[in-house]
Amino acid sequence: MRTADTPTSQNSLSEHCLELTDDFTSGEVNFIKVEDFKFFYGKKQALHGINLEIPSRKVTAFIGPSGCGKSTLLRNFNRMNELIPGVRHEGDISIHGTSIYDPSVEIIALRRRIGMVFQKSNPFPMSIYENIVYPLRIAGQKDRSVLDETVERCLRSAALWDEAKDRLHESALGLSGGQMQRLCIARAVASRPEILLMDEPCSALDPIATAKVEELITELKKDFTIIIVTHNMQQASRVSELTAFFYLGNLVEFDSTHKIFTNPAQKQTEDYITGRFG
Amino acid sequence: MGGKSITTEPKGSLTREYRPRPDLFRAACWLASTLTVALLVFILGEILYKAWPAIHQFGFGFLSGIQWSPNRGVFGVLPVLIGTAASSLLALLFALPLGLSIAIFLSENFLPQPIRQLIRFVVEMLAAIPSVVYGLWGIFVVVPLVQQYGAVIAEKFGFIAIFSGPAYGNSLLTASLVLALMVLPTITAISRNSLVAVPPTLREGSYALGATRWETILGVILPTAAPGIVASTILAFGRAMGETMAVAMLIGNSQRLSWSLLAPSNTLSALLANQFAEAEGIQVSALMYAAVVLVIMSLCVNVTGEAVLRRTQRSVVGLK
Amino acid sequence: MSCRTAAPQNFFTQDGTKTSVLRLFRNRFLTGLCIALSLLTLVPLFSIIMLVVKNGFPLVSVALFTQLPPPPGLEEGGFANAIVGTFIMVGIAIVLAVPLGILGAIYINEYAPTSRLSAAVRFVAKLLTGIPSIICGVFAFAAVVMTMGCFSAFAGGVALSILILPTILLTAEQALMGVPYAYREASFGLGATPFQTIFRIVLPDALPAIMTGVMLSVARAAGETAPVLFTALFSANWIQSLTEPTASLSVLIYNFAALPFDYHVKMAWSASLVLVALVTLTNILAQIFFAPKHR
Repeated sequence: MRTADTPTSQNSLSEHCLELTDDFTSGEVNFIKVEDFKFFYGKKQALHGINLEIPSRKVTAFIGPSGCGKSTLLRNFNRMNELIPGVRHEGDISIHGTSIYDPSVEIIALRRRIGMVFQKSNPFPMSIYENIVYPLRIAGQKDRSVLDETVERCLRSAALWDEAKDRLHESALGLSGGQMQRLCIARAVASRPEILLMDEPCSALDPIATAKVEELITELKKDFTIIIVTHNMQQASRVSELTAFFYLGNLVEFDSTHKIFTNPAQKQTEDYITGRFG
Repeated sequence: MGGKSITTEPKGSLTREYRPRPDLFRAACWLASTLTVALLVFILGEILYKAWPAIHQFGFGFLSGIQWSPNRGVFGVLPVLIGTAASSLLALLFALPLGLSIAIFLSENFLPQPIRQLIRFVVEMLAAIPSVVYGLWGIFVVVPLVQQYGAVIAEKFGFIAIFSGPAYGNSLLTASLVLALMVLPTITAISRNSLVAVPPTLREGSYALGATRWETILGVILPTAAPGIVASTILAFGRAMGETMAVAMLIGNSQRLSWSLLAPSNTLSALLANQFAEAEGIQVSALMYAAVVLVIMSLCVNVTGEAVLRRTQRSVVGLK
Repeated sequence: MSCRTAAPQNFFTQDGTKTSVLRLFRNRFLTGLCIALSLLTLVPLFSIIMLVVKNGFPLVSVALFTQLPPPPGLEEGGFANAIVGTFIMVGIAIVLAVPLGILGAIYINEYAPTSRLSAAVRFVAKLLTGIPSIICGVFAFAAVVMTMGCFSAFAGGVALSILILPTILLTAEQALMGVPYAYREASFGLGATPFQTIFRIVLPDALPAIMTGVMLSVARAAGETAPVLFTALFSANWIQSLTEPTASLSVLIYNFAALPFDYHVKMAWSASLVLVALVTLTNILAQIFFAPKHR
């Protein structure tokens, strides 16, 4: 066990993560494990006992009609739902075998390990450069060369480097809609997370920008475990390897994308895929 | 046929309706609008007209003169200008951290909604209390406090010019403390609005990157709301400059120049309040001149504040 | 398998790292500081309210509201003339400013919302709200007192009307803006003239909000001192005409606050109590009766 004697100093943390990911390049079958997970907004139950095991280094799509709970589940992986008052959960979600609800888990550390891209791009009103180094700055990173290196690495992995390298210090709000969303992706990978959550990342983009982001997703799955919520079934079939179909707060079916779209086991899935409802 | 009567009947009324009639009500409304615009011109013109003898006689020397003695016909407002600026800035210095804290407090969910509602009500009450009541309260609460602790401060830190003694109860510091309370609602209300207007997606984005609440507030929310906060500060400065009664009752009304915060001072509006009723001859004109200066200063500050505020609103709309 | 699950034991826990502990501590510290500073504002407000009630209430009696102020040194009497004076001056201000403000608002919102005059009116109204209240007094002094040659209730009323005009105009405009455009279209579509539409549809709908604006600005005007200080001056007697110096509650507070006579100081506190109660009541009434309609 290489990682059993992990040094705890701050500097080793990022290297530590890299080592960890090396361990699982082959793909861990139950990387994210959802066990009998129920979720409530006040009295309203949004998720009814979900059981799900998501493998690493794959793109998993969550599909289903609006209100089916797919976004709710996604936003529980990094505990973003806890920002809403009056929510409560039952069951457990674990990542790498560690429960994310374990008392020793620090939310801020958890969220640094899990990047998130939102439906509506949300660049901060500062420069492109500052947007990307934001997660490093809040963690106390001051070394200029580390920051510079991160900006280039992230912009490259978000396929934005060529477009943005000459205007790093201009406001991020001057970018186009598609560029802003890719900037948000770049920002999400700045703290070297392992998991990337995408909540309908293309719903506000035009077809050309969407194509670019989809291309990027296929590129990123080499390094990240990606979970994408989407309304667009073509998109799910294009980018994902695994697909989970949700309906009314239940997980109806979870299988390889190919299987779901060609030969679903459940009638409900087939009805949704063929456009009979939703 | 029936159709015929239908087409002919309304025809007559149609033409009647279309005959233009003079719309007296519209004329009245137009007149009211015009009068409102004319009013500002009239106000400025009237004050300027009455100030003209003094403007003619003293020129710009009025602004740099340090003597104000009606008996000798010497009028200069430099100490008063300094007092105005100093008391307003000092008030902002006290009010800004407090007002900003409350604005953040009201826009975050630290404590349950009823307590936030209470604080909000308290701040609105602060805005509703008449200036003269602040003055009365200041005389009986703040003046003794400043006198007591001012003496201690002057004794310990008197070697620093701004704390040098003797310490008076009616001083620049007293007036600034009460002014701070009076401008607090302005800062809080406008800052809170611009904090609330920050799109929630930015907050989510910051939390998702592993930021704590205060890293989000200081790193994303405050910078995004900064123009609105700046506008609130400018407008609060304008309000502090124009506040009259509380200041006139607390500042000590002295035209002597002094470095000390513990010494009496004076402001333009307090000068007007104290001297107009008994002024005669050229003194009236000199006071009008001082009023002109006050109007110009407060118009400049307010126009700047409003312009910043308007730009803020536009940029926030752009974010959404 | 066991190796895999054991590997990332402290995957999401930064426990022990200096930065993390520091960051969480700072977070808590700032929250505490923010709450403390916010609660700190309660102190002066409670102090003001408490002193106003404590010092002002003992004097409250029928005499206080029916008699004239005593000469210095004597310990009986009231401020009836000041109440009357405040009411008269506020009344003059309402008569002058309310029609002007509402008609102006109708013009800039109903008749010519995009005209240059309307833009000018909005700009001027904004500027007027920013002008220090004492300037209203200076203007009334120049235009009325100096022209008529005497301090008067009328001059005080003029000063107050200038103070409340922009607020009334702007809140009335907001109120008119709140009336759905569809109402106007429907009315015009039925063949109504602009005048009919405004009087039968728009104004009735906007009236509660307009009244709120008027009430709040009037309550504020009642407590204003600077505009009446050297226009209406003060008087120890009953008001006989609009062209003589007139007492008001706010100037009474200012004049009596610094007097060395205990009874007069107490009267100042009582007058403060009346003003604060008036302002508070108006605010509450405005919120209860004229709460904006839910649309």
